Amino acid sequence: MNEADRAFLLAQGGDGLLSWAAHVRVAETLGLSLGEVEEAALVEGLLPSRYARNRATFSIADQLRFRRARIGVVGCGGIGGYVVEGLARIGVGAIVAVDPDSFEESNLNRQLLCTIAALGTAKVDAAASRVAAINPAVTVVARRERLTRDNGARLLEGCSVVVDALDSIIARRELLAVCGSLGTPMIHGAIAGWYGQLCDAFPGEAPLDRLYGHGEGPGEQTRLGNPSFTPMAAAAFQVAEVCKILVGQGETLRGRALMIDMSEGDVEAVEFADETR
Amino acid sequence: MLSEGTVTITVKLFASFRRGRFREASRDYFAGARIADVVADLRIDPKDIGMIFIDGKHADPDRTLRAGDALALFPLLGGG
Repeated sequence: MNEADRAFLLAQGGDGLLSWAAHVRVAETLGLSLGEVEEAALVEGLLPSRYARNRATFSIADQLRFRRARIGVVGCGGIGGYVVEGLARIGVGAIVAVDPDSFEESNLNRQLLCTIAALGTAKVDAAASRVAAINPAVTVVARRERLTRDNGARLLEGCSVVVDALDSIIARRELLAVCGSLGTPMIHGAIAGWYGQLCDAFPGEAPLDRLYGHGEGPGEQTRLGNPSFTPMAAAAFQVAEVCKILVGQGETLRGRALMIDMSEGDVEAVEFADETR
Repeated sequence: MLSEGTVTITVKLFASFRRGRFREASRDYFAGARIADVVADLRIDPKDIGMIFIDGKHADPDRTLRAGDALALFPLLGGG
């Protein structure tokens, strides 16, 4: 950005904030994308007003890390819809949304992106529309494909963190193998009925081999169902994990599994005592 | 009083395994009993178990119980 453009951008701000109207005006005047304007504003210490309530939690430097991040969300159903929502609102610059499926009526009980009008349409397209309506500075790369060991590296190329929002144990193992080969941290979240579990799989670590080590079944969700609240809870924790990894705040779930029991209002972190940390 | 042939362990159950059972309990088993015997005693289908911990470390179902073991059983959760 040249000096004149920079001066124009700074003149549009007030009290360190850049309003949405000004953001759009800068983009149109200078011929830049909304994302490019956001990046330039953050570099100049100007915070888009939409992130004003992020400010006490995350610094402008943190916000710039979000802006420059590309995060994979594999599965755009119960958990994934809320993960996409949370990432877009916090200001993650690019989201790679992967899901081969279309919405059906049984998704209406819990999936944020599922509306009556969206029945029969692709979940990844709904993710892109939703993000465009909330935060058009965020790019959604919609991949209407089933992720496998063969196509995973291509689908998730360039992602710094990948969120596991899948709905089967087999698919999760595939994703972990892909993330392991890419050297990308994977944030696992799974639910069944009132219960949920989360953990982080950093490269070289295989906590899913522990969580899924003994069973041969498909998982308790086939018996217990998928209500509205457990995917929300799992997704909230997963978005927080992504934020922590991107900005280096807090303590990640590395080496631990978080077990959520919403029927008893109980959350417990279980240490993997013999896991490499 | 417990007989000499008994070991007392703590069993902690997670998620759906708590339903109709308990959260955490002290339980007695015969000396030489294995984790698989606890699983059978609790009427848990081995296919539904995802993770088994003893004292925070991974354990296999054929592991023999020792007095004071803290056994934790976790079901498979796979939905999204």
